[in-house]
Amino acid sequence: MKLKLKIWRQENREAKGNIISYDVEGISEHMSFLEMLDLLNERLIKQGERVIEFDHDCREGICGACGMMINGRAHGPLSGTTTCQLHMRSFKDGETVYIEPFRAAAFPVLRDLKIDRSAFDHIIQSGGYVSASTGQAPESNSILIPHNITEAAFDAAACIGCGACVATCKNSSAALFTSAKISHLVLLPQGKTESADRVIQMVNQMDEEGFGHCSNTDACEVECPQEISTLHIGRMNYEYNKALLLRK
Amino acid sequence: MKQTTLIYKLIMALTGLFLCFFLIIHLLGNLQLLSPPELAREQFNWYSHLLSGNIVIKIISYVLYLSIIAHAVYALIITRVNAKAKGSKYVYDNRSEVSSWNSRNMGILGTIILIFLIIHFKDYWYIYKFGNLPLDADGNKNLYTIVITSFQQAWYVILYELSFIALGFHLLHGFFSAARTLGLYHRRYAQAIRIVGWIYSLAITLGFMLIPIYIYFNLNS
Repeated sequence: MKLKLKIWRQENREAKGNIISYDVEGISEHMSFLEMLDLLNERLIKQGERVIEFDHDCREGICGACGMMINGRAHGPLSGTTTCQLHMRSFKDGETVYIEPFRAAAFPVLRDLKIDRSAFDHIIQSGGYVSASTGQAPESNSILIPHNITEAAFDAAACIGCGACVATCKNSSAALFTSAKISHLVLLPQGKTESADRVIQMVNQMDEEGFGHCSNTDACEVECPQEISTLHIGRMNYEYNKALLLRK
Repeated sequence: MKQTTLIYKLIMALTGLFLCFFLIIHLLGNLQLLSPPELAREQFNWYSHLLSGNIVIKIISYVLYLSIIAHAVYALIITRVNAKAKGSKYVYDNRSEVSSWNSRNMGILGTIILIFLIIHFKDYWYIYKFGNLPLDADGNKNLYTIVITSFQQAWYVILYELSFIALGFHLLHGFFSAARTLGLYHRRYAQAIRIVGWIYSLAITLGFMLIPIYIYFNLNS
């Protein structure tokens, strides 16, 4: 199949970017979206042009590295998928496809479709961990955790930090990401002890990075490749309000 | 303690829920307008007089003014922060496919409601408090006649109906959103609150919408 691609090209963080059109032929419907971009890049290399840069790593939907705005939707037209798991059969022959980087003030564009997601790392560094003395691993059955709790914590932990929630949010809010981390740790006994400080620190860091407010539009849940529930945002709010009232 | 996004949202939620509560009382009071004219005049004017004299009502009314102002001011602050967080615009934006229109446009709906409130305050609240109203048979200010006369005008009825529709969509998202901001995360109760929000928004909106139409078409006599 044949596509008309309109791709955001930007030299570096400071440069002003713009949309460049590319006609790409010989696309197989079985290709993933990233493979389609590889195809275009090979041609660009042959022509001696600079390739289109984009983030990618595992290409099996579990790392969260790839992510772009495709026809105005985070990770493309499907809900609950990463860009690498989007296949060309989701597009029609001859279609025009717009490809842009995820946009938010906290996610500056590094080049083309690549963005700097360090803001997420800073949020994790501010409290998304459990303090533990080093030493031997404790006996695994010494802390009893009901199965439904481990499952619920794992549902939250499934977040891969791709940033689609921020990209699709009208306010560029990182509430879904931050709440998933808070929810994951507060559900488990190891994480409970530090929960009050954690939620305050992580929410403050989220603000400091320049993310917006959550308007509860629930768009993030639809675009999240792991379908992380927005109920976690409710839990983050609960933990935050509790910390405000009860923290010493 | 510095103010964070979540504290701003908390203020929005608490003031919003207070306004939600107030709307119930306001609607119940207004439903008296639906009685036959003679009874309605006596009842409604007596009720208005009762509200204007009572000290408890006075305190609540100050909380109400404060809530309206805080809700609007914080909405503005939040909108500014969000505009800054957005960064550059998407060239091709299709994000609206994954969320509801009213959840994305609470600001626009809120602005419509605020403009409506200014008109509403000017036409009834201001006139009642500072204007020279004729008295009814019981010696109470005759607000009833003012209300009935204003709803004889078609454009005024239309203005009210449109504002109530905006209010309805605002409530539909606002009620649920406030519950989320307060920390409701249990799946079952979150679902229950959605349903309660629907029932509440429908009842308030249709209730308020009924009154001007009822008066305009003289259904009370």
